[in-house]
Amino acid sequence: MKKTVRIILVAFIALFVSAFAMHEKNTIKDGYKIGDVAEDFSLKNIDGKMVSLSDYKDAKGFIVIFTCNTCPYAVMYEDRIMALNEKYASKGYPVIAIMPNNTDAKPGDNMEAMKTRAKSKGFTFPYLIDKEQKVYPKYGATKTPHVFLLQKADGGNVVKYIGAIDDNYKDASAVKTKYVEHAVDALLAGKEVKQTETKAIGCAIKA
Amino acid sequence: MKLKLLIVAILIITGCKHEKKRVADNHDMTKHEVNDKMNSSDVVLEVYNYNGFEKFLNKKDDKIYVINFWATWCAPCVKELPYFEKLNSQYRDKNVEVILVSLDFPHLYESKLKPFIKKRKLKSKVIALDDVDMNSWIPKVNKDWSGSIPATIIYKNDSKKFFEKSFTYEGLEAEVKHFLN
Repeated sequence: MKKTVRIILVAFIALFVSAFAMHEKNTIKDGYKIGDVAEDFSLKNIDGKMVSLSDYKDAKGFIVIFTCNTCPYAVMYEDRIMALNEKYASKGYPVIAIMPNNTDAKPGDNMEAMKTRAKSKGFTFPYLIDKEQKVYPKYGATKTPHVFLLQKADGGNVVKYIGAIDDNYKDASAVKTKYVEHAVDALLAGKEVKQTETKAIGCAIKA
Repeated sequence: MKLKLLIVAILIITGCKHEKKRVADNHDMTKHEVNDKMNSSDVVLEVYNYNGFEKFLNKKDDKIYVINFWATWCAPCVKELPYFEKLNSQYRDKNVEVILVSLDFPHLYESKLKPFIKKRKLKSKVIALDDVDMNSWIPKVNKDWSGSIPATIIYKNDSKKFFEKSFTYEGLEAEVKHFLN
């Protein structure tokens, strides 16, 4: 009898905790802030291999971009994301793209579709899937595209910039301020990032 | 006795969880693609940059305004549009006005947005906001807005509430009722 009570109690606690965890998942307001240390992850790349930030021994930091195939804003920024990697990977700041959407709800973002898209565009950076959807809530990513610029330090990868790639989604040639480039350039020059956060419309990440 | 209580409590909690899951699933199922080409040249669309649009957020005429930011490419936005339409029709005579602010891409106004407005027979006022410098105006709409849509503002004179989330009709109605009382 005592044992039954104990089992039920354990089950009760487990349920309570899982209900709480679910609630947590639905509210992603509490992501990383500027200056926080971003946790490393291990996510599957389109080539089937697992990728972690710690794999990049020589990197000075990372341009982590939550993006996907199905969001028109993300698609409009694809060429600019590729350009960022081409410009900064060799300088120590590679692009790490992460697809955060629930692929049951958005089949156009599943691994096969990601592979096809990456191949047709010629992505030169890892395009990872957040299959368990546990990484994007930690970052506090809410939409695609959503950039988190990290700088490697002794204590881990420190968040230095959060937000948009630039200030004109429509026309790359009409951009006035390249937020991410300015931020990376500042870090490369050993300076502080001036504009640490920007806002832009994006597609809500599908939980 | 205690044991019974525990079992009941567990049943209630699991019941709630299932309910929640089901709602979530329903939510995921709805996807509307509107590609129909039809004559929509008679749909008149007001297009604003942020400066022009700002007046819709700052009216002080004792009316309750429900401002919904959406786009035809945003599936959860399209899913909740009928609730805003219903609200508009049911509360229009109670001093409530719904304004649907489209963030569609300007080059798709003719081929996507206008046909959508026509096909769905949208009765609420639809306007388009076209302003690429989003970092300058998103924080002016609300400082907590990360920029994902759907997003909604409900306001009356100086009292405002902002929501960066999807609504059910019941949820939307409940929020509007706060302003009515």
